[in-house]
Amino acid sequence: MEWLMWFSKPENTKPVALIIFFVTFVGIVLYVYGSKNRSKRLETYRDIPFLDEQQGERLGDQKDTKDKQ
Amino acid sequence: MAVTTYSGAEQYNFDIVKKFAVMSLIWAVVGMFVGVYIASELAWPFLNFDSPYFSFGRFRPVHTSAVIFGFGGSALFATSYYVVQRTCQTRLISDGMASFTFWGWQTIIVTAALSYVMGYSQGREYAEMEWPIDLLIEVVWVTYLILFVGTIMRRKQPHIYVANWFYLAFILATALLHTFNNLAMPIDLFSMKSYSLFAGTQDAMTQWWYGHNAVGFFLTAAFLGMMYYFVPKQAGRPIYSYRLSIVHFWALGFMYMWVGAHHLHWTALPDWTSSLAAAFSILLLMPSWGGMINGIMTLSGAWDKMRTDPIMRFMIVALSFYGMSTFEGPMMSLKEVNALSHYTDWTVGHVHSGALGWVAMISFGSLYHMIPKLWDTKMYSQKLIEWHFWLATIGIVLYIVAMWISGITQGLMWRSFDEFGNLQYSFAESVAAMMPFYAMRAIGGMFFLSGAVLMLFNSLMTIRQAKQENAVLEAKLAAKLARA
Repeated sequence: MEWLMWFSKPENTKPVALIIFFVTFVGIVLYVYGSKNRSKRLETYRDIPFLDEQQGERLGDQKDTKDKQ
Repeated sequence: MAVTTYSGAEQYNFDIVKKFAVMSLIWAVVGMFVGVYIASELAWPFLNFDSPYFSFGRFRPVHTSAVIFGFGGSALFATSYYVVQRTCQTRLISDGMASFTFWGWQTIIVTAALSYVMGYSQGREYAEMEWPIDLLIEVVWVTYLILFVGTIMRRKQPHIYVANWFYLAFILATALLHTFNNLAMPIDLFSMKSYSLFAGTQDAMTQWWYGHNAVGFFLTAAFLGMMYYFVPKQAGRPIYSYRLSIVHFWALGFMYMWVGAHHLHWTALPDWTSSLAAAFSILLLMPSWGGMINGIMTLSGAWDKMRTDPIMRFMIVALSFYGMSTFEGPMMSLKEVNALSHYTDWTVGHVHSGALGWVAMISFGSLYHMIPKLWDTKMYSQKLIEWHFWLATIGIVLYIVAMWISGITQGLMWRSFDEFGNLQYSFAESVAAMMPFYAMRAIGGMFFLSGAVLMLFNSLMTIRQAKQENAVLEAKLAAKLARA
């Protein structure tokens, strides 16, 4: 179990953590931009805020103010 | 994607959203009024009245807590409950838990303010609350987390919209930051006084790990959640790039946690620690600007809204300030720049460029969008929204320009030496040189506060108008039923 002691030293674990985070981040970027089909699917999620529109609440037609002056 | 027809208040818990939205506006006025008062104390010191209860030291945390946690926090509770319900197309899992978060949060703000005026403070930036209040925050926050995650888990929409990611990161990170920053030992079970578990440099590190991540996750990530929902809604078009929003989210998440030590340049901190923090601060510029561009480009093809829609103007100006302050921050994190800027009013100006320009402006825009929808009516007055916009914008400009001038002047005066190598100016001389800029800053604050008062009035009139409209509708319905 002596090898576990290696992890107890911050000068070892910090670079390891940095590598893990960096590789994960690069993986996320590749995942997001790496495939045309996936990109298309991801971009469809843009419309989620508009999927439960209230009656009379339409895209590009939001006049939420009424001037009383 | 699942498409669900909106069925109004029965489907969603809007009551809790309304309560938080109104309290957000009330805390905005209260917190900004205290801010203007303490700014005036610096410009016109007689306002201290030689009383500890009116002193800058006690009122300053009342101001920061009321605006950050009262106004900002309530706006985040309101919008997160609104956004999570509408984008997951489901009701909050528990009305009781939601109500508990409301009353708990308001109790926290009130008791914190009273405790500061009474002289109780941990002396930790943005975390001055003593241990009993910290425990209450812990309970309320865990309830908020359970409620938010539970609602996401029972969503009808298979995909979790990106705004909810930002809100969730804010809730999780705040739980972590609050817990570790406030590890303390009370001197007695019946005493408000406690001592931190950390000491010396470690304590300073912990404080600024909390302090900067409060900026990163409370004042940035959470309000980005607001931005990713309300900017597309107000613009009437989806966010410019969903993929960019994903990268924006993860990049902020990975980088923010490293940067707190840039608040401690040239101190007892190991040199490599503050250099590392500065390096990550510079890296943060890229995702921050990516997010800003994503928000602003959402308006692509509809730029005319900037002329015609004051709510959109609030949002785009907010994004512009987000871009400006996330450029200024990394620049100030460079050791050479920091040697001039640290401990000066430049820092105060930078914080307010983010807090007023980004946080407050995006909150105003989002609340103006949300309030008429919650009460199913239209805003009482568009003119007042226009007035609010210009008062707020002029106020911010006056504030940050005053702080730039006074901060750089301070920094230069403190580092000036005469021909014999002695300090050229005494500290009191640098304070005297600040007086015109302190007055200018107070006046800037008054502009901003006036705008917030107009918004509160406009919103209360909107609510009154909605109630009158409802009463008329009900009367008509009753008359119809009586005739039938």
